[in-house]
Amino acid sequence: MGLPGAPYGKLWTWLDERIGLAELEKLAKKKQVPVHRHGLWYYLGGMTLFLFVVQVASGILLLFYYRPSAEEAYESVQFLMAEVEFGWLIRSIHAWSANLMIFALFVHLFSVLLLKAYRPPREVTWFSGVALLAIALGFGFTGYLLPWNELAYFATKVGTEITGAIPVLGRFLVRLLRGGDEVTGATLTRFYGIHVAVLPALVTLILGLHLYLVQKHGMSVPPGVEQRGGATRSMPFVPNFLLRDIVGWLCALAILAALAAFLPAELGRKADPFAPAPIGIKPEWYFMFMFQTLKYLPSHILGLEGEIVGILGFGLAGLFLLLIPFLDRRAARGESSRMFTWIGIAIIVYIVVLTYLGYTASPTR
Amino acid sequence: MPERVLEDGESRRRFINWMLGTGVGAFLVSVLYPVARYLIPPTVGESTAATVTLAIKPGDVKPNTGQIFKFGSRPALLVRTPAGELKAFSAVCTHLNCTVQYRPDLSHIWCACHNGHFDLNGQNIAGPPPRPLDALVANVRGSQIVVSKST
Repeated sequence: MGLPGAPYGKLWTWLDERIGLAELEKLAKKKQVPVHRHGLWYYLGGMTLFLFVVQVASGILLLFYYRPSAEEAYESVQFLMAEVEFGWLIRSIHAWSANLMIFALFVHLFSVLLLKAYRPPREVTWFSGVALLAIALGFGFTGYLLPWNELAYFATKVGTEITGAIPVLGRFLVRLLRGGDEVTGATLTRFYGIHVAVLPALVTLILGLHLYLVQKHGMSVPPGVEQRGGATRSMPFVPNFLLRDIVGWLCALAILAALAAFLPAELGRKADPFAPAPIGIKPEWYFMFMFQTLKYLPSHILGLEGEIVGILGFGLAGLFLLLIPFLDRRAARGESSRMFTWIGIAIIVYIVVLTYLGYTASPTR
Repeated sequence: MPERVLEDGESRRRFINWMLGTGVGAFLVSVLYPVARYLIPPTVGESTAATVTLAIKPGDVKPNTGQIFKFGSRPALLVRTPAGELKAFSAVCTHLNCTVQYRPDLSHIWCACHNGHFDLNGQNIAGPPPRPLDALVANVRGSQIVVSKST
């Protein structure tokens, strides 16, 4: 579009000569999104990205009042919630957007899994996606501790202790994570550094790779659609798909604002290392299925401690998830692979059922 | 002659590559070693508290109750059994490190995190805990309760 030379005025030309805007424009115009009956799932990645941007913005705002020490953390969040104008809103948005982002990320992951979008040549896109999931869970785990309240304190005690189940290196890793033998102010400082510096740096790199690969390979067309002759239509990414994306983002923002306004984030009681674990203690919902599994495991399985079996099991399951592009040979050859569809469904059912039990089973029995 | 020149150049190249590789390797080690050591937290001397005198009077501890007290740097649990006996345990659950509590309704010790149960001797009786709680010794000396490590 536009005449060669000076399509959009002098400023555009000046910038184009220096940073190559025309090439970027060409790139944006070239991008097409296939149109077919599974097209809805294409919006989930963008949704996750949008909520991540909300996280970055609200997180930066929280940094202006938060103080990362065991003596001041709880009080600084209390001050932010009670005294700072709209402090409650910023914190509630950060907390809710985190939950929605992880939810969108899970839906994105399972739609990619069930539509077999990990087939060659998109294996590395899948790997980077699984890495982003791990980073997102790391964000959730480290961020949960920062208000230094009772629930977060014990959730962190349990969560870090789980690392101790890793053979040989376990105890060392627990100390490394906690910044000492116990969960203390040292753990808080460490988690703060990880939450606001280490993980953001990792995300920048891996998200960059993920998005570059999505641009390079274009959208994957599901095998079911391909077998019927492929997508017959496509729409330009700019502006058609992007505008639809924005509609979704605005809806998400509306939901986010409603959740933050009507169900603001709670603070609870300040962490006390010399109080018993509170009744009904629970982790964030996305860790609930693992938490509930650990509750059901007996103290010993085949001579091993129950939690070691559970933790090794989840470790292997994570490895399996990561390696699916290599394991699903049929999908790689372009054949239908019902087994991996069923595995995907089984994982979803397991997570849903255990999460449900986690919220309904009596905590005291 | 040209062949010798080539060989000379090759061995010179190999030498330079080796120097470069070693230099880069030494540089990385000299950066990464201090960073790795920095990240490992220094060991703080284990609390040497072997005996603690509690601030509570024996008469104030009613039967079928329990309370947490500080034993060195870790929480411990003082229990007066329904039969009136005083007992003390480490309050750190042997499963995943949570702090246990006394449940008067069950008359035994319970961990809220993963629903672990211990009897009044600290034995793990139900749920995921793999080992009994570490036992401490609670003695009444006059009007004081003294808790010490069992030997």
